[in-house]
Amino acid sequence: MTEIVSQASGQLTSTAPARRDIGIRRRYAAERRFRFYGLAAIAFGLVFLFLLLWSVVGKGYTAFWQTELTLPITFSQEIIDPNNKRETDPKVLQAANYPVLVRNALAERLGVASSDRAALRQVSGLFSDSARVELRDMVISDPSIIGKTLPVTVLASANIDSAFKGQFDMTVDEGSRRVSDQQVAWMDQLVKDGVLAKGFNTGLFVNGNSSRPEAAGLGVALVGSLYLMGIVLVLSLPIGVAASIYLEEFAPKNRLTDLIEVNINNLAAVPSIVYGLLGLAVFINFAGLPRSAPLVGGLVLTLMTLPTIIIATRAALRAVPPSIRAAALGLGASKMQTTFHHVLPLAMPGILTGTIIGLAHALGETAPLLLIGMVAFVANVPATPLDPSTALPVQIYMWANEAERAFVERTSGAIIVLLVFLIIMNLGAILLRRRFERRW
Amino acid sequence: MSTTLLFAILLVIAAVAYVLGRMRAGTLSQGRSSALHSRPNYYGAFVALVAFLPPLILVAIWLAVSPFVINSAVSDTFPEEVKGQSQAQQSLAFGMVKTIARGLPLLSEEEVRAVKQDPSSLQSVFAGKGFAVAAEAQSYMLDSAATLNAKSQTSRTVLAALALALSAAGAFFALRVVTPRFRARNQVERVMLWALLLASSIAILTTVGIVASMLTEALRFFSAVPAYEFFFGTVWDPRFAGAGASSSGQFGLIPLLAGTLYIGFVAMLVAVPVGLFAAIYMAEYASPRMRSLAKPLLEVLAGIPTIVYGFFALVTVGPFLRDLSAQMSGLLTGNYASFIQAQSVITAGIVMGIMLIPYVSSLSDDIITAVPRALRDGSLGLGATRSETIKRVILPAALPGIVGALLMTASRAIGETMIVVLAAGVAARMQINPFEPMTTVTVKIVNQLTGDLEFTSPQTLVAFALGITLFCITLALNIYALYIVRKYREQYE
Repeated sequence: MTEIVSQASGQLTSTAPARRDIGIRRRYAAERRFRFYGLAAIAFGLVFLFLLLWSVVGKGYTAFWQTELTLPITFSQEIIDPNNKRETDPKVLQAANYPVLVRNALAERLGVASSDRAALRQVSGLFSDSARVELRDMVISDPSIIGKTLPVTVLASANIDSAFKGQFDMTVDEGSRRVSDQQVAWMDQLVKDGVLAKGFNTGLFVNGNSSRPEAAGLGVALVGSLYLMGIVLVLSLPIGVAASIYLEEFAPKNRLTDLIEVNINNLAAVPSIVYGLLGLAVFINFAGLPRSAPLVGGLVLTLMTLPTIIIATRAALRAVPPSIRAAALGLGASKMQTTFHHVLPLAMPGILTGTIIGLAHALGETAPLLLIGMVAFVANVPATPLDPSTALPVQIYMWANEAERAFVERTSGAIIVLLVFLIIMNLGAILLRRRFERRW
Repeated sequence: MSTTLLFAILLVIAAVAYVLGRMRAGTLSQGRSSALHSRPNYYGAFVALVAFLPPLILVAIWLAVSPFVINSAVSDTFPEEVKGQSQAQQSLAFGMVKTIARGLPLLSEEEVRAVKQDPSSLQSVFAGKGFAVAAEAQSYMLDSAATLNAKSQTSRTVLAALALALSAAGAFFALRVVTPRFRARNQVERVMLWALLLASSIAILTTVGIVASMLTEALRFFSAVPAYEFFFGTVWDPRFAGAGASSSGQFGLIPLLAGTLYIGFVAMLVAVPVGLFAAIYMAEYASPRMRSLAKPLLEVLAGIPTIVYGFFALVTVGPFLRDLSAQMSGLLTGNYASFIQAQSVITAGIVMGIMLIPYVSSLSDDIITAVPRALRDGSLGLGATRSETIKRVILPAALPGIVGALLMTASRAIGETMIVVLAAGVAARMQINPFEPMTTVTVKIVNQLTGDLEFTSPQTLVAFALGITLFCITLALNIYALYIVRKYREQYE
């Protein structure tokens, strides 16, 4: 465009062959630079998005497989119940030394002499201590298996799991790594025998929390998050829709509705941790609801999500053209009938989209849940929303604070689970919008 | 009768009332629905509402008030020497009575008699039933517990009787009122309108709740620690209560605020240029296809939970910066010592900045696109390049809006919690080296309130004082931002 202008001026003063220097080269260079900055900024953001996902997925995808040992274990009476008192004293079966059973079975398989104590200790390092609970439950549910030999699958220890997945640097000096050369040799031998293998990690989705990384799972957190989402949905959708309908369709323009409007906009910007303080002071201290309960968490997240839902719902209601309202009113419907029979159904896709996005936001929220005590060590799946529980993001926070290296893998795995849920919810929202969006 | 059962019965009555109301409207109009003022459903709904709402309100009020009445009646049964004790001891005794009252139904009559003879055996008797009691009981407590149980029993029975009677009476009365000319729809719609109003006032209730709850707790804190020591103190050293009764610690806000603002500043240093340039490119240069691809991708950054950013900072960015600084100092001085710590202002700031990019970019994008076409065309028509148009015309026109957007982003940076909890450290220090850890207001709120707490010590109450400070700062930033944005919008409308 500038060139045309300068050409035109050149023709006018036809006697002047030298063009006036308006710095076109410099200005175009500046233009290109500016454009490049913009592209670089977008690239910067996307690179970090990629790095973030790469780092999480790269660290976490192995968490979905777990190294297991499957081998015949002899439930020998000498170890479980040497004095044969289990009929009279039920505590015998509770307190028996079950890990020794696994150790002996492994030692036999590996050809370790039962007198070599140092080697036996190394054998014990191969499998997880969670075998104790597993075997105990087997024996208590069916004491008749004592004396028999059964094939059992136990978890490998966290160190062996990491080593088998190739996460340890084997070139490091033996003393400063977590598995010994002997253990690695055994590991290879067990793999060859088909004893040690990777299986899908169902424990990650079923187990409660544990201080042993190989046995720790998201079961409690998933159930807790499910309760939270259920409560948030049941409370915030009707209340949010009702509030938006009032503000959009019925509210007279006065000081009160102005105040409510300003309020909602401000509530959307209040830091989430403040909602946690509110929940702590009102629901737990004042109303006396139990700490760590998903019910309280759900109430807090509801209050936090309401502004988002209200803002989305009002936009959806506003998008319904006035002609619909006019037609319904013209046919004799009351204002309430017009709203509930005609406007609301037409606005529903938009409302649901906003609700799903609000829910996705609530699903990833951590800070308020920390304050109401959902950061607790919970091993048993909560039966009701009043039982202590954790939630997915809180579980991630707790595992992120664990010192053991194997927890990094678990944490990343948990983040992948959380992100998958978020992606599903957001895709649902997008599909809903695509499928039902109407242009008037 | 339990409250749940009572609700269930009330709901059943309401459902029956609905059917009856409909039927009555049908019989009265002899099947000609044109003779009715409203559709038959509305008659049903009207009768159901009259049968359900008044008992509901009664139950709500009763459940809110009756504990106070019962508690004071039970406290009156305490012996004189207990009444003479301090408030705290009385409430302790009352808590004990409540626990016993919950356990009492588990015992048989003989056991109750035996325990009354020997109150000290109560703990073991309860333990045998799998019920834990914290302290040793005294004999008056058993009587009080029995009174408490009896009174709450009576209260529940009376409430159930009253509610059911009210419900039945309501249904009966409403059925009598129903005539073909009765304006049932208007009545039902009035109730609906009130329900809608009630729902929208929850927003106000939340704000009131936030302010009131935090103010009361913060005032309790300020009664233990003078306000000026909190707001102007430069040392944060709360000393947990276990350290000794005499050491109440120092609660200086300044180091926390300094850390918050410093980390927020670093974050804005990352987010503002990147976000602003991304927004300009998206609004002015990008082809529609690129825009429809890059914009949602950038907004994915806003959808990722902050805990994920925190973890990213903790295990990836922090160690990377530490190792990088070690390499750099190694190359420069030969001494491979890292000068950036894994938890530091710069780690938290950079990661928070990345999180904020989409906020800056999408808010500014909206504002830039809202600048009228005519301004752009005028500038381009005069021969300015596009970047000159953006720099000299569009940005000045959009400046108030962008400032508003940046203020909103800043308030988000100040209130952000999980990233700083994991990446900024917990040491409350005042220093200007961005490579050292610092801590923030939000981190300290989390620190003071996780773990075992008692709501009497300033160590926990200080969290509410911090919370209200945070709330006020973000609120002020947001209101100012909204004010600027609104004022700016009026220029073009």
